[in-house]
Amino acid sequence: MAETLVKLDGVAKSYRRGNQDIVVLDALDLSIEQGDFLALMGPSGSGKSTLLNLIGGLDKPTRGSVTVGDARLDQMSGGQLARWRAHHVGFVFQFYNLLGVLSAEKNVEVPLLLTKLSRAQRRKHVATALEVVGLADRASHKPSELSGGQAQRVAIARALVGDPDLLVCDEPTGDLDRATADEILNLLKLLNQEHGKTIVMVTHDPKAAEAARQTLHLDKGKLVGAERGAA
Amino acid sequence: MKYLPLVWAALWRRKPRTILTMLSVAVAFLLYGLLTAVNAAFNTGVELSGADRLVTTGKYSITQVLPYGYWQQIKNMDGVEDVTFASWFGGYYQEEFNFFPQFPVDPQSYFDVYRELTIAEDQLQAFVTTRTGAVVSMTLAERYGWSLGDRIPITAGIWPLADGSNSWVFDLVGIFDTADPAARSQHEYMLMQHEYFNEARQFGQGTVGWFISQIRDPEQAPQLARLIDEQFANSPNETRSDTEKAFNQSFLKQMGDIGLIIQSILGAVFFTLLFLTGNTMMQSVRERIGELAVLKTIGFSGGSLLMIVLAEALMLTLLAALVGLGLAAFLLPGLAENMPGFSGLTLDLEAWVTAFLVALLLALVVGLPPALRAQRLSIVDALSEHV
Repeated sequence: MAETLVKLDGVAKSYRRGNQDIVVLDALDLSIEQGDFLALMGPSGSGKSTLLNLIGGLDKPTRGSVTVGDARLDQMSGGQLARWRAHHVGFVFQFYNLLGVLSAEKNVEVPLLLTKLSRAQRRKHVATALEVVGLADRASHKPSELSGGQAQRVAIARALVGDPDLLVCDEPTGDLDRATADEILNLLKLLNQEHGKTIVMVTHDPKAAEAARQTLHLDKGKLVGAERGAA
Repeated sequence: MKYLPLVWAALWRRKPRTILTMLSVAVAFLLYGLLTAVNAAFNTGVELSGADRLVTTGKYSITQVLPYGYWQQIKNMDGVEDVTFASWFGGYYQEEFNFFPQFPVDPQSYFDVYRELTIAEDQLQAFVTTRTGAVVSMTLAERYGWSLGDRIPITAGIWPLADGSNSWVFDLVGIFDTADPAARSQHEYMLMQHEYFNEARQFGQGTVGWFISQIRDPEQAPQLARLIDEQFANSPNETRSDTEKAFNQSFLKQMGDIGLIIQSILGAVFFTLLFLTGNTMMQSVRERIGELAVLKTIGFSGGSLLMIVLAEALMLTLLAALVGLGLAAFLLPGLAENMPGFSGLTLDLEAWVTAFLVALLLALVVGLPPALRAQRLSIVDALSEHV
């Protein structure tokens, strides 16, 4: 049986707007095993992005505990969370969020600037990551010189380069056409199956969710359903 | 150092804006460099003034002439070793822009008092004995390509000849220099025979501009100055005596407080620059809140982002300051060549260090608000609003 990588116990998240408390997540329990590929689906405002933020250590719950590996994220300070993110999680966004002034390889190198690796070691890691996403020949291109699919591959290489335990993807195919989206999903599947990366992906796209091993449905801050995927 | 590529890339994110801002900063530092050098050149005269020399002028203004007869009276006073005098001629060579100071003096006593000036003995003797003789500083001779024996026409600005003409002609009989090369710019002038000047001028015979006394004990300067002035009190030509340093300072003040004027100009320039550079930095950070949020997401701490934005501001101001000061250092020798009396125009180490500190301060002031914004930004809010 696989080990649990992510564990949420009684997690609640609410925001205060004026005099009102907006409850986004309510008493949520969740376990994600090491090596799982989980899709989170639900209507807008269901709390899936908030859940992703909690799992990725970008936000802290109002109540409950969030454990990833050995780390209790809900008990960490902002600085501790930043260090944890740098070493344990990779992020992929809908709009790639590459730094426009840097080449593909420099973008991929950015997370490694936070490590103690030498320049030569960083370059080696970058080359490997670009190789994995099939963009070794685009290393010197700027984001503006890449297609949407290529830019997302660079973003995935950036998420991968530090060899994190967990990949957190927020609508990674939301800005891509069907064919390119399938390519990206195949790449994520490859990373999950061949490289053993645990992936948590928020998506609106049922086709994208099919790539995952498991799909969880959220509504109004609660888990309302789960299904095993074909992957 | 690892973050340098990030800082450099961020700096050139909007090339035209960065270049224009850098140009503004560079121009401000160019102005700083030029004005600081001019101010230093003005002050060199004050700093190099002899502590053992007193200058006696008319009580109310330096333009008030004094009787020639005072020379002997001051010479006879206890504590006075040597006395000489000079007058302001106020002419120019060929064209008005070829202006440099000219002083009718008593040749022998002048060089006795100004011991820091060096001149060949035979040339000094020629100056003493040649009625139309003149001597010039080496820098002035080099500037105009004069050599001994040249006849130098000077158009008078104040003192016409007896026939009403303003065209004086002097024979160059000597070239003097200073023992200390750093003091050369303070002695870029022409000296001519007072005796000839006194006889040939249309009016003002028997008067001189001011007296310079070499005193035995510099510590006695205030008392001696008072004694000199008391001697001529209640006469038609009352005097005011002071140390040469104080005289030079008050002479400069007659033109205006150069230091204050320069500081005011630079203050206004840098104050304006604060807003310009500050706006650029704020805009630059505002435009890439999304990128900064991504960096924070990846694992950059708030402190790292603060340092990155501050480093960007520092790079902007330091690079531009370097360009501006470099340009000033490049232009100053050319300017000095065309400005008599300013051959010592240079940027000294103090000016470079001050400029560095100003650039540093500027970077901190304009960089800190956006840097703090970057440090404090909430990833979740920034990602939802800007990504």
